[in-house]
Amino acid sequence: MRPLTEEETRVMFEKLAKYIGENLQLLVDRPDGTYCFRLHNDRVYYVSEKILKLASNISGDKLVSLGTCFGKFTKTHKFRLHVTALDYLAPYAKYKVWIKPGAEQSFLYGNHVLKSGLGRITENTSQYQGVVVYSMADIPLDYFHLLSSQLTTVFRTRLIKPCFISCYNSSKK
Amino acid sequence: MGRKLDPTKKEKRGPGRKARKQKGAETELARFLPADADESSKRLSSRARKRAAKRRLGSAEGLKSNKSPGAKPLPGKLPKGAVQTQVSGKKGASPVRAVGYGGKRPAPSPSSDEDEEEEDSEGGVVSQGLLWGSEDSEADMVDDYGANSRSEGEEDGGEELLPIERAARKQKAQETDLGSLWSEEETDEEEGAPSAEPGPTKDDEQEGELQINVDEEEPFLLPPAGEAEQGAQAADLQRVHKRIQDIVGVLRDFGKQREEGRSRSEYLSRLQKDLAAYYSYGDFLLGKLMDLFPLSELVEFLEANEVPRPITLRANTLKTRRRDLAQALINRGVNLDPLGKWSKTGLVVYDSSVPIGATPEYLAGHYMLQGASSMLPVMALAPQEHERILDMCCAPGGKTSYIAQLMKNTGVILANDANAERLKSVVGNLHRLGVTNAVLSHYDGRQFPKVAGGFDRVLLDAPCSGTGVISKDPAVKTNKDEKDIQRCAHLQKELLLSAIDSVNATSKTGGYLVYCTCSVMVEENEWVVDYALKKRNVRLVPTGLDFGQEGFTRFRERRFHPTLRSTRRFYPHTHNMDGFFIAKFKKFSNSIPQSQPAPGDSAAAAPATVALPALNGQATPKAENSSEPAKRARVAGKAKQKQKHPKKASFQKQNGISKRTDSELPTVPSVTKAQASSQLQNSGPPAENAHLTREPRAPGKLTQRSPKPRAPKKGAGRKQNAPAMGSDPQTPAWLSSKTQAAPNSEDQGQPPERARGAEQRKQPVPRPSLKKAAFRNQNGTPKGPQSPLMHPRSPSRPPPAKRRKWLPRGSRQPPPEADS
Repeated sequence: MRPLTEEETRVMFEKLAKYIGENLQLLVDRPDGTYCFRLHNDRVYYVSEKILKLASNISGDKLVSLGTCFGKFTKTHKFRLHVTALDYLAPYAKYKVWIKPGAEQSFLYGNHVLKSGLGRITENTSQYQGVVVYSMADIPLDYFHLLSSQLTTVFRTRLIKPCFISCYNSSKK
Repeated sequence: MGRKLDPTKKEKRGPGRKARKQKGAETELARFLPADADESSKRLSSRARKRAAKRRLGSAEGLKSNKSPGAKPLPGKLPKGAVQTQVSGKKGASPVRAVGYGGKRPAPSPSSDEDEEEEDSEGGVVSQGLLWGSEDSEADMVDDYGANSRSEGEEDGGEELLPIERAARKQKAQETDLGSLWSEEETDEEEGAPSAEPGPTKDDEQEGELQINVDEEEPFLLPPAGEAEQGAQAADLQRVHKRIQDIVGVLRDFGKQREEGRSRSEYLSRLQKDLAAYYSYGDFLLGKLMDLFPLSELVEFLEANEVPRPITLRANTLKTRRRDLAQALINRGVNLDPLGKWSKTGLVVYDSSVPIGATPEYLAGHYMLQGASSMLPVMALAPQEHERILDMCCAPGGKTSYIAQLMKNTGVILANDANAERLKSVVGNLHRLGVTNAVLSHYDGRQFPKVAGGFDRVLLDAPCSGTGVISKDPAVKTNKDEKDIQRCAHLQKELLLSAIDSVNATSKTGGYLVYCTCSVMVEENEWVVDYALKKRNVRLVPTGLDFGQEGFTRFRERRFHPTLRSTRRFYPHTHNMDGFFIAKFKKFSNSIPQSQPAPGDSAAAAPATVALPALNGQATPKAENSSEPAKRARVAGKAKQKQKHPKKASFQKQNGISKRTDSELPTVPSVTKAQASSQLQNSGPPAENAHLTREPRAPGKLTQRSPKPRAPKKGAGRKQNAPAMGSDPQTPAWLSSKTQAAPNSEDQGQPPERARGAEQRKQPVPRPSLKKAAFRNQNGTPKGPQSPLMHPRSPSRPPPAKRRKWLPRGSRQPPPEADS
C-alpha cells in the first residue's frame, strides 16, 4: 500500500473531474476527518486516516481491501472508475440523469438506456459528458457517459455489466 | 412437449430447474402405465403383488393404481383378500411414495399402517397373520425397484395363491403352533424371535395394534446387531419410520413397555440405526446427536434438518430504514414480515415473485441476505461507535457489515479471513453495503495478536463442523466423523486463544469477545469455551440475548464451568433458525496466565477458603508488589498480591512466597512494603486498596501485568474462574462480592498455587483468578496463608528459568502447609 504518485494522482483526478468537476477537494477534506487515497495492487482505495493507521500494520500481501475502492489502474495506467465509488461521487455530481422506473430495472441489469427512459436530466449536459444516473427516487444507480459507447463503470460486486446509454441525441437534452 | 400427457401435472420450470433430473414421463404417466410396469418399478407389498397378479390375470376391476390409498376392494375376494387388498392398497401406495425416497419419508404411512391394522382386525386372525407374515417376508426381499427375488420366484407358481401366500400360511401355522405372537412386521425375518406377546389372540393384538405399537414394543427384536436386515430394511423406509416411532414410544415408558430380555441399549442402538437409515445420517453423527438431545427432541431436530429455514434478510441501516425497505420490497412483490421482537433490522421472507438476491434494492446495498442466527452474535457483541473491532472469520461478510452498521461507519473494523476465495465475497458485500470503515486482511486467525492487537471487541465466528446447518448442507450428515470434530475443536481453541489475546482488556468501552459457531456439538462449543476460561484471563458474561437455550454446564462425563449457563444455544427445531452457539467473554486482564499444573486446580479448589487466607498471605508478599503500582483494584488486589509475585519473586523466592502463603504473610509484612502488611490486614475494603496498591506491581517484575487493572491471577485465572476473578477495573468490588462459591474456592486454592508457580516461573503475571477469592478473603477472613494446597504444588513446578528461587528464603518460607 502506498500513496499515489503524482502521475497517478493526476490521471485519477482527471477522471473524477469528469463527474464531479472541481469538487475534488471536498473528497479529501471531509468533516469527519481527512481522507486519502492509497494504491494497493493497482487499485485505488479511499480511506480515512484512522483506518489507514490500522491498515498499515498489515503486510502488503495479506491486505485485501481497505476503506472503499474507487477504481483501479489498468496495465496501461489508465484509471477506471468503479461503481463502488458511487456513494462518494454522487453527492458532488455536476450532471445528473434521472431515469424512469421502467427503464431502471433494465439499466441495472446492464442494458442501455434509451431516450424514452430518461426522466430528467440536468441542464446543459453536453454530449459525452460524464453523468451520474439516478433513479426517480434519487438513488444513485451508476454513472456513465452520455452517448459514450464505452462503459464508464461496472458493477463490481456481483454482476459485472457494462452500462451504456444509447440513442440519446442532442447535447441539449 | 410430447411427454406431457397431463396438463394439470406440469413439471415446474424455472431457473435452475433444468439442471434437476427430469423425472420424465413416468411420473406423469404413472397413472396410466400398466400395473405391471408400475409394480415392477415400485416396491410392492405382497398384497399389491397379488393384486397385480390378479389384474394380469384379467380381472376387470378398475383397480387403477397402487397409488390410490383408497384401497380398491377386490371383488369376490375372501375377506382376507379384501383385507389384503386394502392393506396392499395402502402398502402399494407407500412403495409409490417410496420411489422418491432419498430420504423423504412417506407421511401417511403411519395412518396407512393404522388402517391396515384395523382392517386386519376385521379380517380375522388368519388374514392378519398372513398379512404381517407375508408382508414381512415379502418386504424383506424387495428392494426399491421391485427386484424381488422371492416374489419372482414365487410368482412362478400359482395364481390364486402365490407361493408367498403359501409360505405365509405355513408360517402362520407354525406360529400358531408355537403360540407365538405374530411378530411385528419388520421383525419377522430379521428379528426372528417371536414377540413376547402371548400368542392367544392375534385379534386382540390386531385391535390393540395401535395401542400395541404404542404400548408395547412389538417384538422389535432389535435385530441382533446389524445383520443383513440392514440392507432389507433400508429399503423399506416406511417400516423404518414406523419402527422409529415405536421405539421412541417404548423408550418413553421403558419400564412398562419394554420387551423382556431386551436392554435399553439394544433399543437405543436399534433406534440409532433406524434413524441413520431413515434420515441418511452417518452413524457417528447420529450417535452424537443422540447424546445431545432427548429422544423426543431428537426426532424433531432431525426433521427440522430436512427442511430449509426461512429466508431472512437484514436491512442496511447505513442506507435505508427497515420499514422503507419493507415497503419497497413489498412493492416488488415480496411477501415479508419483521423478524421478531428481538431484531430491529431483520425481515423474514415468506415468498417472493422476484429473486431476492437480485432486486435493485439489493444491488444498491439496502439489505443483506443473512440467516437469523447470524444476526445474534453481533447483537451480543454490541459494538459501539468509534471502537476498534476485529472480525476474525468474516466471510462472507454478513456479520462484519452488521457490525459496521451498528457502528455507523465510525471506528475501524479489521475483517479477516483465511480463505482468499471467500474474501472476495466479503469485499463485494462490504462495498455494496457501503461499509467504509473496514480493512480486510487475509491472515490465518491464529496469527492475530502479532499482526495487530489491542482491539476493543473481537468477534470470532469459528469454522466448525456445521452440524447446526445441516439443512443448508446435507453432506454434513455423512462426512463428519470423530477426527473432523476433533480437528475443528483444536482449531477453534487456537483461534479462541488468539482472539482473546487480541482483545485489550483495558479498553474503556470494550474488552469483549464473542465466540460463536454454527454447530451444536458440545466438543466445539462448551468444551472450547471452558478451555479458554482455563487458559486465559477471561470470564463469561451474559450475551444479552434473552431467548435461546442455555449452554451445558455438564455433559456426559465432562464438567464445565458454571458460568457456561450464560452462553446460548439455538436449535432449528425450537427456534426455527440455524443451530448456533454464542458465548460472550469479558477479558479482565491482559496478562497471559502461565500454564499451571492441571491437578493443582482441583486441589486448590478444595481449600478455597483456606486459600483465601493464603491469598492474604501471598498478598502480603504481593503487597510489596502492589505497593509499587497500586492500581489493581478490588478483588484483583488480592490476587494481585499473588501476582505480584513476579515482583515478589524478586524479593523473595517466588516459590517461597507462593507456596507459603502463610509464611508469607508473616514474612511479607516484613519484606514488603507497608502496603503489603496493610493489605494483609485489610479485609474488606482494604483489599481493594490493596489492590490498588498492589496494582503497581513491581516494576521490574510485573512488566506484563502492570498496566492491567486486573492482576490476572495466573493460577486462578486459569482455573475456570477466570470469569469470576475478574478483574476489570470496571468491575469493582461487587464482583468479588458476587462470588461464585465454587470458583472462588477454586481460585483461592489455585491462585495461591498459581501465583506462586507463576512467579516462580517467570515474572509472568499471576492470573488473578484468585482475585475474587483473594479479595473476598481479604474482606472476609484474612485467612492467612494461602491454601496449603498450593504450596505443595508449587514445588512440583519447575521454577522459571529466570527466577530460580526455589529456596525459601528464611523466614519467608515457613512451611506452607503449616500456614493454614
